[in-house]
Amino acid sequence: MPVPAIELKNITKTFGRVVANKDVSLSAYRGEILALLGENGSGKTTLMNMIAGIYYPDSGQIMIDGNEVVIASPKDAFRYKIGMIHQHFKLVDVFSAAENIVLGLKEKERFDLSKVNEKVRQISETYGFEIDPAKKIYEMSVSEKQTVEIIKVLYRGADILILDEPTAVLTPQETRKLFAVLRRMRDAGKAVIIITHKLHEVLSLSDKVAVLRKGEYIGTVLTKDTNENELTEMMVGKKVSLNIERAEPKDPQDRLTVTKLDAVNREGVKVLDDVSFVARSGEILGIAGIAGSGQRELLEAIAGLQKVGDGSIIYHDPKTGLDEDLRNKTPLEIRDLGVRLSFVPEDRLGMGLVGDMDLVDNMMLRSYSKGRSLFVERKSPKTLAEKIIAQLEVVTPSTSTPVRRLSGGNVQKILVGREIAAAPTVFMAAYPVRGLDINSSYTIYNLLNAQKESGVAVIFVGEDLDVLLELCDRIMVIGSGRVTGIVDGRTATKEEIGLLMTKGGHSEEEAHEEGGEKHE
Amino acid sequence: MSDLKNMDPAPEKAAAPAPAAEEKIREPLFHIVKRADIPKLKAWGIRFIAILLALLVNALIIHWLTGLNPLAVYKSMFDGSFSTKRKFWVLLQNTAMLLCIALAVTPAFKMRFWNLGAEGQVLIGALSSGALMFYIGDKLPSGLLILLMLGAALLSGIVWAGIPALFKARFGTNETLFTLMMNYVAIQLVNTMIAIWVPSGSGVLGIMNSKSNNGWLPTIFGQKYALNIIVVGLLTVFMYVYLKYSKHGYEIAVVGESENTARYIGINVRKVIIRTAALSGCLAGLAGFLLMAGSAHTVSSTLAGGNGFTAVLVSWLAKFNPFVMILTSLLIEFLQKGAGEIAQAFRLSSDIADIATGIILFFIIGCEFFLNYRIMFRHKGKEGK
Amino acid sequence: MLTILASFLHSSIVQGIPLLFGATGEILTEKSGHLNLGIPGIMYVGGISGIVGGYLYEHFCGKPVALLCILIPLFCSLLGSGLMALIYCFLTVTLRANQNVTGLALTTFGTGVGNFLGGSLLSFFGESGSISLLTIGKWYKAYLPFADKLGVFGEIFLSYGFLAYLAVIVALLVHHFLNKTRTGLNLRAVGENPATADAAGINVTRYKYLSTILGGMIAGLGGLYFVMDYTGGTWTNNGFGDRGWLAIAIVIFALWKPARAIWCSFVFGGLYICAVLIPGLSTAAKEVIKMAPYVVTILVLVLSSVHDRRENQPPAHLGLNYFREDR
Repeated sequence: MPVPAIELKNITKTFGRVVANKDVSLSAYRGEILALLGENGSGKTTLMNMIAGIYYPDSGQIMIDGNEVVIASPKDAFRYKIGMIHQHFKLVDVFSAAENIVLGLKEKERFDLSKVNEKVRQISETYGFEIDPAKKIYEMSVSEKQTVEIIKVLYRGADILILDEPTAVLTPQETRKLFAVLRRMRDAGKAVIIITHKLHEVLSLSDKVAVLRKGEYIGTVLTKDTNENELTEMMVGKKVSLNIERAEPKDPQDRLTVTKLDAVNREGVKVLDDVSFVARSGEILGIAGIAGSGQRELLEAIAGLQKVGDGSIIYHDPKTGLDEDLRNKTPLEIRDLGVRLSFVPEDRLGMGLVGDMDLVDNMMLRSYSKGRSLFVERKSPKTLAEKIIAQLEVVTPSTSTPVRRLSGGNVQKILVGREIAAAPTVFMAAYPVRGLDINSSYTIYNLLNAQKESGVAVIFVGEDLDVLLELCDRIMVIGSGRVTGIVDGRTATKEEIGLLMTKGGHSEEEAHEEGGEKHE
Repeated sequence: MSDLKNMDPAPEKAAAPAPAAEEKIREPLFHIVKRADIPKLKAWGIRFIAILLALLVNALIIHWLTGLNPLAVYKSMFDGSFSTKRKFWVLLQNTAMLLCIALAVTPAFKMRFWNLGAEGQVLIGALSSGALMFYIGDKLPSGLLILLMLGAALLSGIVWAGIPALFKARFGTNETLFTLMMNYVAIQLVNTMIAIWVPSGSGVLGIMNSKSNNGWLPTIFGQKYALNIIVVGLLTVFMYVYLKYSKHGYEIAVVGESENTARYIGINVRKVIIRTAALSGCLAGLAGFLLMAGSAHTVSSTLAGGNGFTAVLVSWLAKFNPFVMILTSLLIEFLQKGAGEIAQAFRLSSDIADIATGIILFFIIGCEFFLNYRIMFRHKGKEGK
Repeated sequence: MLTILASFLHSSIVQGIPLLFGATGEILTEKSGHLNLGIPGIMYVGGISGIVGGYLYEHFCGKPVALLCILIPLFCSLLGSGLMALIYCFLTVTLRANQNVTGLALTTFGTGVGNFLGGSLLSFFGESGSISLLTIGKWYKAYLPFADKLGVFGEIFLSYGFLAYLAVIVALLVHHFLNKTRTGLNLRAVGENPATADAAGINVTRYKYLSTILGGMIAGLGGLYFVMDYTGGTWTNNGFGDRGWLAIAIVIFALWKPARAIWCSFVFGGLYICAVLIPGLSTAAKEVIKMAPYVVTILVLVLSSVHDRRENQPPAHLGLNYFREDR
């Protein structure tokens, strides 16, 4: 039995009252790809951050090649040839690729960027990257940035590589390329650890799988000896039926008609291009696409938060039967038209809620301006907060706790609960289950379904194709700001949607580049 | 402190390869973690200790400079504020003025709008009311004149804070530096006007209407400063209610915490920024008016005396709570008076008051760390086995 | 005409040197992500420390030596302003206190220290009157003897004390350091994105400390130049005025580029004194002209925010403290 390249023994880490990792022990060997599998929030990233020196464990040991070591800073991690590629890239935007790659290095020779460029080219050739060392990061697409990150750790001679959700922002083609690179690294004798929650990637890429659940280590299995069912069971604890109930839409009527909508962002990049679709009452319309393809801009345009160019957003009022164009109206104007639009944004604490305010004040966000009084009224928001706590089983010390202190699932329940309480006719939710545990996720699915059944037009932006396929009546796929297809949720397949996701309005490479910029 | 530890020479050896060879790396003795929560009582306890420590350091410095024993230092300092009735009233008046300016900057800070221009806003308020006194000071009945002066002061304060706010709201212009620069424009404006008003070139305006007392605020309860103090007292209550219970106050809090959230719920962010900055300038203008009509009856470029900056600290130290600001402004004025008293007795420069203030500020600013973070001592890792 | 212009340029540069020291120091500080509003206070302390050092030297040593006349105040000035910057660093970097508040407190403290020592130093030694260190001032003002013979050229380029040249050299060095060296690259990364710098193995804390303290020391030299060269070794309370704030304004005007700060400082110096130099102005007109530097800064501030160019922006993390374990 060879000595593990890296071995964790009884690692525990807490943040305030939250236990992120509890007594975790696991090992990774050279010449192997280890997949670290777990749900969102199971503590994978925290664990790896302790190897990379970002966090420091409360207790436990880390062994490198059988020797106990202390990794108190990223610098220590480099010394042990550990390199981590974070999910949120750690790059300086205004620097070039080469400048980012040599950042923080203490090389003997004089500082000379042309030499760096040369070495970067060498590494690129060895592993098959394509990169221009002089290009500025803010001009790069997401996959280019990831390449810079990988070259950065290789340049430093890393032989233990950790990648945190590297495929989340990539197209299937880019993912394939990345996997080829990772296999080459493994064959070169490096230890590769990849954090993921995508089962098919685990099965196609890794040699071993280690599973975490709620911060605890469940076990390690050989990939060739396992299957999706077993891994799912390890991940979620008990076998859960993935079945999400889906009722047939009742009496669907057009509620929102978007026609030929265009929008550019602040940098002047086109983010919405000729988008047309209809959202119907009593139906869930799913929106699928690679992250940053214009999903956020589309929802924000409807909610009055994103300036748009040509096109129209027509709301068909079910009460009056009148049509209203919401294009380039402010949220206030939209509300004054009598449009009952609820919106659960992607950025919960940065947009939907105010983290440092308590539950009551957060409930008030929607309602405070009602009435002529100069003063705010806190009684009904308090009642509402109490109601939501009771109905959605929110875990909170009291209604006067700042929402920042609550866990992700509870924060989302508060936000969704408040938006539903506004009795909407159109309900939009962007990535509403991101970062949530499985139980909270199902609570949210059920709430969306209940809205649909009560005749609301629901628009759901999701990332997990399985969920989209089980929950939505229709799925609209967007790529590079364009609608690439609208499919029936009951008959479509993952492959079909995956293909549509990568199909932009332009040639493929162009599309990817633009997609990347939009992510900014 | 994990990152302080990194300043040790140990990482210097980073260039040395062969990680396995370096088995004996020191574990950090302690590291810092963010606190989730701290009981209110404990928080105020920590602040109290910080103030005590600062007072002790101050006493030691003064002891070293003057040879007074530390207890005697505070006895003399106490005398600076309380030994005569007049000194006591001056303390109250100065506290009220500082508090008034601190109340002025508070709504802006709560909105994360760094109004460092209170000094200039106070001056411009005093200048415009002074101008009325200068030009029509003997042509109108006192009551009407005072009202006009008040109006002019409030309006000019609004303009002075409103200009940076307009640019902040429209173009995102950095308000910290903009308002800072506006101070010096105001100072030069005051100097210009004085140069026009005082042809002799002495640069000193002198007390206006000292015979007729026209445009002077009335004396009540036989006390010249009583009205000022009452006005500021009412303002404190108003500001507390405004921030905590009014819709405006709620909007200020939301915009301050997250502009995205504010846009999302349909708050007109630009409007709130301009309105709040205008309120801030308006109240600073009021302070200028009170200084002009209620106590100094003259204008000079040092009328605000740096209180525009000190007020920033008063407001921040009180965590933007108007009632706590009464205490923080009182503390600072007490120190100023006390140190001044000692300086006078020992023929030292009265600027020692600023040193004392600086030290107490450093301690209070520093102690915030212990409210937000906790230092964890690491248990020996071996126990984990 | 030429001589008037030459003497105007000369005076502008003399006025600009303290500003240049202040601006260079502040740029170096801000590149690490720390907006130090304590610079005005630091410059006061830089000046008074030099005065105190020089005074003690003159007081306790009968025959002052030229070299020590220069070195002792210089060393004391660096020490004083370095200590001030250390207070700022400790509070904002280690204790992660609010930068604006700490800076303002430091300025209150620094001007207090300057004016207190300036006003009380003599009384400690039983003397009266105001401080005047003419011998030392003479050495600080000394320039090449043949400069006077070179007419206009000599007046514009050669007629300054050594600190003036040092100011320009330091600005150029800092410029080179920031743009052409490995350490400079690392420092800029700290100010742009400390989390990235940290993950790249850069000791963020050490960089912040070093750049803030060095920046403070450079700024302090501006105070020293003012009291030793400009006023010739005398101290007047509040004599340094608001130059510290002007230095901060220049940082914006120069778009965070030290080489640009050189001519920006001289332009500001020119604006600062043209009121005095234009003959026949009324007092009121002079006061109006003194307003000009501030108005110009405001204009630049507004213009640079309207033209939102990526290269001309302040360090992205300016004003924000860094804590590694923030989630």
